[in-house]
Amino acid sequence: MKVSFYLNDVLVNYDVNPNEYLSHTLRSHGVKSIKIGCNESTCGSCTLLVDDKPAMSCSILTAQIEGKHITTVEGIQEEAAKISYYFSEEGADQCGFCNVGYALVIYALKRELKNPTDEEINDYIVGNLCRCSGLQSQMNAIKRYLKED
Amino acid sequence: MIIDKKKMRVVNQKTHSVDGKGLMQGRSFYTDDLADQNSLVIKILRSPHAFAHIKNIDVSKAKALNGVALVLTYKDVPHVSFSRAGQGYPEPSPHDKFILDEYVRYVGDEVAMVAAINEEIAEDALKLIEVEYEVLEPVLDFEKAVDNPSIIHPEDGIKEMFPIGFEPKRNIAAAYEMQVGNVEEELKKCDVVVDGTFYSQAQAHAMIEPHSSNARLDEHNRLVIYSSTQTPFHMRRIMATTLGMPVSQIRFIKPRVGGGFGGKQAFHGEFFCALTTLRTGRPSKMVYTREEVFGASYTRHPMRINMKIGAMKDGTIKAIDCRSLSDTGAYGEHSLTVFMIVGSKVLPLYNKVNAVRFGGEVVYTNHVSAGAYRGYGAIQGNYALESTIDILAEKLGINPRILREKNSMKEKETSPIFEIMGEGTKGTAMIMESCKLPYCIKRGAELIGWEENWPRKVISDTKVRGYGMAIAMQGSGIPFMDMGSASIKLNDGGSYMVTVGATDIGQGSDTIISQIVAEELQTTVDKILIYSSDTDLTPFDCGAYASSTTYISGNAAWNAAQKMRARLIKEAAGYLEVKESTVEFDGEVFTSGDKKVSLNDLSVLWLYNKDQHQVSVTESYIGHVSPPPFMAAYAEVEVDLETGEYEVLNYVTVTDCGTTINPMLARGQVEGGIVQGLGMACFEDVKYDKKGNLLSNNFLNYHIPTHKEIHKLTSEFADSYEPTGPFGAKSVGEIGIDTPPAVICNAIYNATGVRVHTLPITPEKILKGLKELKK
Repeated sequence: MKVSFYLNDVLVNYDVNPNEYLSHTLRSHGVKSIKIGCNESTCGSCTLLVDDKPAMSCSILTAQIEGKHITTVEGIQEEAAKISYYFSEEGADQCGFCNVGYALVIYALKRELKNPTDEEINDYIVGNLCRCSGLQSQMNAIKRYLKED
Repeated sequence: MIIDKKKMRVVNQKTHSVDGKGLMQGRSFYTDDLADQNSLVIKILRSPHAFAHIKNIDVSKAKALNGVALVLTYKDVPHVSFSRAGQGYPEPSPHDKFILDEYVRYVGDEVAMVAAINEEIAEDALKLIEVEYEVLEPVLDFEKAVDNPSIIHPEDGIKEMFPIGFEPKRNIAAAYEMQVGNVEEELKKCDVVVDGTFYSQAQAHAMIEPHSSNARLDEHNRLVIYSSTQTPFHMRRIMATTLGMPVSQIRFIKPRVGGGFGGKQAFHGEFFCALTTLRTGRPSKMVYTREEVFGASYTRHPMRINMKIGAMKDGTIKAIDCRSLSDTGAYGEHSLTVFMIVGSKVLPLYNKVNAVRFGGEVVYTNHVSAGAYRGYGAIQGNYALESTIDILAEKLGINPRILREKNSMKEKETSPIFEIMGEGTKGTAMIMESCKLPYCIKRGAELIGWEENWPRKVISDTKVRGYGMAIAMQGSGIPFMDMGSASIKLNDGGSYMVTVGATDIGQGSDTIISQIVAEELQTTVDKILIYSSDTDLTPFDCGAYASSTTYISGNAAWNAAQKMRARLIKEAAGYLEVKESTVEFDGEVFTSGDKKVSLNDLSVLWLYNKDQHQVSVTESYIGHVSPPPFMAAYAEVEVDLETGEYEVLNYVTVTDCGTTINPMLARGQVEGGIVQGLGMACFEDVKYDKKGNLLSNNFLNYHIPTHKEIHKLTSEFADSYEPTGPFGAKSVGEIGIDTPPAVICNAIYNATGVRVHTLPITPEKILKGLKELKK
């Protein structure tokens, strides 16, 4: 079936199977920045934004996103670079497999919540798992990024 | 060579990761991102039984399905036993695994392989395979494994590479015994003897990138395998031997790897990709599902450890007796070596004893195989030893901090254990040239407020805060066994291409090796281009395990950089027509008296204009000692006495890992280890039902620490310099994980009076203990 949607503001038209998930569609069209950690919406590695809201692309049927705006990390390159600066500053850099998902969820968090408390930040990012870092360094990095104008 | 830290410009300085920005921007390629678009997709039919013999297997219907390219059973693969462990040669692990076998030994073990043009067809084909099993009685209790009527490895053709105590007919994968002095006699002379038995559970690695591999044939018809591996060179060797191919016909490429923690030291899928591509000529790929990562890769070895410690009234520890039993699951990967580390990287902490004994068995069971996992026996041993030290302190009426200070390892001291116990073999004697453990203990106590707070602070009728501590040590590589090497090539423009076999799996070795080379060549990290690792293109390295990369591969890179520096000065002297000894090099310009030339000009000249040649060097490093990093850890834990629930409010560590090459990445290693260790201490638990089915097979049933559980980590480093390390560095990859089980156990005891002898330390166990105390 044909599905049209906006991928980082560019209208695309893909021929997909009705039972195909968005993570698969995008990866098979070369968007390899989408990482598959669990394929059952429990790890957050495949996070992208659907109409600016974070969502796990392994559990969204591509058929459902007709006409919607999908943002991957390719659509927020400058913000991802800023987030990475604070990750490096705080010692949160490690294997990187979860980083792209984090970049998108942190970017969305900044746009959605103004002056969030630590608990609100935790609630927002808890679906994104990281096994390498001590998590505190990420939290520090996120807080520094949120303070940036 | 001792270098003044104050003069370091790159090493030990705040330096951003060389790859951090690209990773966050999604530019990095992991194994599956590099699979050929036309790859056959490989799926595995897995055993529904914990232990069974395949009586008949019919794959004709699967083979006939349109789109299926290859189906393999044990009848179709070389019957050559090997070890998936991914270790050096000869391996200290038994060769007890076949690519496919007529026996299946755990729920999830491989029965057959299908390669098809897409995932759906491969999965449909699995359903068409007809298997008749003779179901055998499994061994699911590791304490009943030895001499059990069910023999898990009854087959012929399995072997040990050198004596490791391998007795498969008794379900023993490995065994070990050692003794210094006479433990029995020493214990009799002691004023106080305490003992405790502790059980540590299986833990899942749960790296976020699943095990992935893919294969293709190149234009020379050589086999090229991309793999999310920690050990590309060992993999090439083991695959060549097992498939009967020349090493020259196999190339392993390790691209970016999404976390390993020991789990990717081993083979997981690479053989199936290799066989599919060799037999069909077509590219192939295999990515473990999350369920397979949990249920068909590796876990940490569960153990029972009995620790007996004898001391005099004044707190002098005289003897330690440690007896252990380890569960290696269905196959014996890392069975002996993990087991030995329970002793060798734990017991030397208390080096002033007159006698020490360690021994026991590693047994087979019908569980998911255990393998290498960060901490590698030290975390299990530390839980038992450091909990028992607290029991001893209480019995002696001595503050456990003072007891540890009095008896623990100091600088310039040694332990006889180092010479006796090595990596499955004899060890290497060594003196602690750097050991700031006394400082770590003292500073950690200040940070947690030990003297004011220990053992507990009552917050309310129902809330109590307990304070616990532990000390730990690890190693830095395997001496006289594991080698690293590095090549450096000068580019026009004065940048350097550094190729290393060292396996960056996310721990940051590409960054710290770049820093080491930049420091020696007096340049900046942006002038260093680093590539790791590829068996065709990079020099050999044992791989990322045994806390070896900073120390072994870092020393190799340092050696290479020193050689490059000497070469540049020699060649510049030739160009300037002056004596070598008169040339000074500041990283950019060579100067001799009033003559000078820039590196930039020379680098262009040598390639395009005069005496054209490539300037390049290769150097290696093999460790002669394995200097341990040390750590003191403290925690403040708040317990709810009504529910047994607790929160770790603050986890304090002070680490001696020598020079921190990259202070931010070192902190990342320590804190990442602590959080993984806290997971094991507090809630992570690999669980099976009574038939051996894995229950904890996804991230909902197997919870790993999230931002919700981690409150405050306070991490400091001691000022320390290891004279044998690169710019004074020791390892830091594993030490962080060792302390949490003992620290939390001690803190909970100090808060509640309940000592939990089985991991994880759950609210249920605490509540049960509290109820028993009330009786």
